[in-house]
Amino acid sequence: MDIKVNVRESEGDAYVVDLTGEIDVYTSPKVKDAITELIDREHYNLVINLEKVRYIDSTGLGVLIGGLKRVREHGGSVNLVCTNPQIKKIFDITGLVKIFGIFDDEQSAMKALA
Amino acid sequence: MIPAPAANRSHGIVRLEIPARAEWVAVARLAVAAVASRQRFSVDDIEDIKLAVAESCTNAIQHGTSDGTIEIVCEVSAEGVAITVRDRGQGPPLGAVEAERIGELGRTEELGVFLIRALMDSVEYTSDVRDGTQLVMIKRVSG
Repeated sequence: MDIKVNVRESEGDAYVVDLTGEIDVYTSPKVKDAITELIDREHYNLVINLEKVRYIDSTGLGVLIGGLKRVREHGGSVNLVCTNPQIKKIFDITGLVKIFGIFDDEQSAMKALA
Repeated sequence: MIPAPAANRSHGIVRLEIPARAEWVAVARLAVAAVASRQRFSVDDIEDIKLAVAESCTNAIQHGTSDGTIEIVCEVSAEGVAITVRDRGQGPPLGAVEAERIGELGRTEELGVFLIRALMDSVEYTSDVRDGTQLVMIKRVSG
């Protein structure tokens, strides 16, 4: 079980974090490190692409919430790309759909950052 | 509350013990998914069970165990599966968590507890200094 993290610059000051695999108590520190590094470099508009994520637990959700909290302190935002019904369900039942922008594709998530 | 599957209707018991370390949680959730897949659970239900067991193991790891292991016992019956997650540590009080509070930034420590309660049909939690922490979760086959 592992997570692959790929960070790439997109339009404007926005960055995309592509995640592939499973985000759990073991792999979430790697995701946290990638997001923290972007924020430390003063990139506050992020799209996190969960399209290739098969599984996420509370520690993964915690990392996303922590990232969102930090970028909001600087007027930024974190939008998510998520099409996996099981993962969408987790965002639904925890009420996190209310605090994250969740989109079906990267283009829509990027557009909503603007 | 849904009663635990009666022993005389048990289709089998599977016991697993893992080191209380993050890298072993995936083994626990995959093993439990394999057990659940022998029942008539939907794919969604199996995903729910996987996540609930993983959250229970994560709680055990984060709140410490004195002997460094987590025991997972799955009892399968016609009605569903009863899963016990046990460790020697003293876990956090797994009280009810209001759904409205989960979305608040900074309340991530309660997410795991909330998920366990939301995804399983029944959850019983006991914790004391002598016996450690035990979580018994039941998922019933629907339909």
